[in-house]
Amino acid sequence: MRELEVNGHTLRTEAADDCPLLYVLRNDGGLSGPRFGCGLGQCGACTVLVDGVPTRSCVTPLEAVGTARITTLEGLGTAGAPHPLQAAFIAEQAAQCGYCSNGMIMTAAALLAENPAPDAAAVRQTLDNNLCRCGTHNRIVRAVLRAAQAGGGPKP
Amino acid sequence: MNRPRAISRRAVLAGGGALVVGFALGGPSPTAGAAVKLPPHLAANPLIDSWIRIAADGGVTVFTGKVDLGQGLSTALAQIAADELYVAIERLQVVTADTARTPNEGGTVGSMSIQQAGGALRQAAAEARQALLEMAARKLNAPLDTLSVEDGTVTSRSGPTTTYGALVGGRHIARQATGTAVPRPVESARYVGQPVARLDIPAKMFGQPAYLQDLRPRGMVHGRIVRPPHPASTLQSLNESAAAALPGVIHIHRQGNFIGLIAAREEQAIAAARQLADDARWSEAPPPLPPGTAEDWLDRLPATETVVSGPQARLNLDHAHRARYFRPFQAHASLAPSAALALYRPDSAEQLTVWTHSQDIFGLRPALAGLLEIPVRAVHLIHREAAGCYGHNGADDAAADAALLARAVPGRPVRLQWMRADEFLWEPAGPAMAIELAASLDASGTISAFESTVKSFPHSSRPGGRPGNLLASQLIDAGFPPIRGANIPPPRGGVERNATPYYSFPHRVVEHFIATMPVRTSAHRGLGAYGNIFALESFIDELARAAGADPLAFRLRHLNDGRARAVLEKAALEAGWGSAKPYQGRGIAFARYKNAGAFMAIVVDVDVDRKDGALHVRRAVAAVDCGRLINPCGVETQIEGGIIQSTSWTLHEALLADGNRRARDWSDYPILTFSEVPDITVHMIDRPAEKPLGAGEVAQGPTAAAIANALFDATGLRLRGLPLSAGRLQQAQSENG
Repeated sequence: MRELEVNGHTLRTEAADDCPLLYVLRNDGGLSGPRFGCGLGQCGACTVLVDGVPTRSCVTPLEAVGTARITTLEGLGTAGAPHPLQAAFIAEQAAQCGYCSNGMIMTAAALLAENPAPDAAAVRQTLDNNLCRCGTHNRIVRAVLRAAQAGGGPKP
Repeated sequence: MNRPRAISRRAVLAGGGALVVGFALGGPSPTAGAAVKLPPHLAANPLIDSWIRIAADGGVTVFTGKVDLGQGLSTALAQIAADELYVAIERLQVVTADTARTPNEGGTVGSMSIQQAGGALRQAAAEARQALLEMAARKLNAPLDTLSVEDGTVTSRSGPTTTYGALVGGRHIARQATGTAVPRPVESARYVGQPVARLDIPAKMFGQPAYLQDLRPRGMVHGRIVRPPHPASTLQSLNESAAAALPGVIHIHRQGNFIGLIAAREEQAIAAARQLADDARWSEAPPPLPPGTAEDWLDRLPATETVVSGPQARLNLDHAHRARYFRPFQAHASLAPSAALALYRPDSAEQLTVWTHSQDIFGLRPALAGLLEIPVRAVHLIHREAAGCYGHNGADDAAADAALLARAVPGRPVRLQWMRADEFLWEPAGPAMAIELAASLDASGTISAFESTVKSFPHSSRPGGRPGNLLASQLIDAGFPPIRGANIPPPRGGVERNATPYYSFPHRVVEHFIATMPVRTSAHRGLGAYGNIFALESFIDELARAAGADPLAFRLRHLNDGRARAVLEKAALEAGWGSAKPYQGRGIAFARYKNAGAFMAIVVDVDVDRKDGALHVRRAVAAVDCGRLINPCGVETQIEGGIIQSTSWTLHEALLADGNRRARDWSDYPILTFSEVPDITVHMIDRPAEKPLGAGEVAQGPTAAAIANALFDATGLRLRGLPLSAGRLQQAQSENG
């Protein structure tokens, strides 16, 4: 039995040490934020923050996480108290199918925590390894810049 | 289901929200008129309760047979229904395709939903409103023409009020559509035409359950499949013992060449699948692909030729200009590999329930019934959103896999998830195309005759009721007929979609249809339109150059349709066509999707790097006419998305690499990145008096041609084979010296 700290709560799992964190979060934790896109660390849909660092949970084994603080999309903010990025993505309608949004928001949250006033080029470079197939890229960039304007949010 | 959360109140409060039924001078109620022909889907399902239900608390449920693919359809339909019912959009929830609950409106395909589903729902909601007002007149004992309604509250001029909830309150309206209800006048629309915020986006941004992948019924177990090395392989032996001994494995299913398994935990299912893959021995099948490349197959495989437009006899082409264009097999490459959740209960009337992201659950239902040999009425399919599909991806086949596995564990919901390689290797591909064009110019530099031959594979192999069109049916080796590719006839077309020019010059178009599928193919956003418009609009530019004409002026010379001219002129104006170019090369292109749908023109600016020869798409300016705009934000997003996706297809994408090796993950199949995405501006021409037209696919073809035309403008190199990859560019440059 292993205990993880997820979004400020303790999550217990019987999963083996080599189980990718993604499946623990989704199946033991019942979380829907981190998403399965490739299982290969290529697309970023599964991104969570581990001690504030964007981490691809589909290729992160449980044993690598230890006692680190894990934050998922659900932990970033809620409808009642949205993170500036979540509010910005809604305001900019920065989603078509929305499946990539988790990866985009979590990666951008870490960017803004480190660089509160990125320019568009910096945002694009940061997100270059996050895939969006619907073609929402420019709205996503606008949303991240908008969130930066609004203060970027607390250090996750 | 989608319930509104965050609504753009700014948009909502603009304009009046009330219907005042009566005229001061008396006269017929403006909500009823002479009976008009019902929209086809409403005529097929005329009971108003099939479309609209009112709860006692005034909540409104709207039913549609279409699905939201991430294109915002459920929001657009909510706007339409809320307007016709004179209710606040917050009262609505939209129930999308469900074989037990919604009308059968066929597949959500072809950019037709706004017209078909929107049209049916608009009239159904108007009919519901009409019925409710008549009920209110009786209840309030007031003449119909003294009533007004706002947000579901009906008020008579003398004072008394009632509400929709009080009038119907969970019961049936129990009326059939008559065609006499008059839809709300365009000028009084409150939601239609406004950029109403998408109802489904907030849940997705907060990580709330929103996708099929988020369903977690109690007792759910996890399924995986193990595919053969290639479609023609047969399973010689499978030693199940190692996999069966792994933790959590519940069941291993082998049926013919179909291998699947179920485990308690997801990672256990993945580990067991890997073990089974290691322990399976497959035959050395004959080479599954014909010799040569896709282009060779297009020329050599048996085909049927049909004249799809123009005269049977060939046109007389004087000193013809000729060119041949090529489009490779391409992947939908949905961000999420396909999945399905299936539950099999043999003792229930509803033996099989499947939650699926198939675009066409009504065509899938009889196919699954046939596969499992159970009655169609015993199969219940419910659509749930997954990632964008952009056509016929692995969704239907994943549903079939799930159904087979679920049958092995009755009463336990099985979540079947394809892995990334399963999706890339087994989903139907966008078909390769070869397009041969010829045209002659007269002395004045006008096109005097045009001929086209389009060669391609099937642009549809959807289940459409046929169990044989499910991959699982082929694998279980139970005597189902082989997967059959269909050729969609004109006017919608598959191979020949947008092969017939919208321009006015004598033309003859021949379709060269290859029924066999060395690579399984099916509908891929735009179908034939992507390849056909790439070819046509590249060729128009080649002819313009031969005529010594400006590409914009040359197009306008051959276009009589005012709406077509308008999008070209708008795009050109906004892009600054004819003024100093911001980048090295500039190209223009136009299309009317299916020659009956939305209009679009686009101007693209590119740079070609002098050092490494890389092509950079810098800027795109588009003008779009979708008739009456339902949601301008939705349209703009769809057009931006289509431009970006088409840019990706056009610059990067070919499913088969050298040696016909097929991509299996993103490292083999790169798509456009943030840094490569151009600056995009979309100008929408709103025509509220016209019928609304779907925007989902119109951008694919013109974007490709405009890029190729811009490349020519920058370098003098005319590339006719897609993708416009760095390799092709370098080859063209070296050939040019």
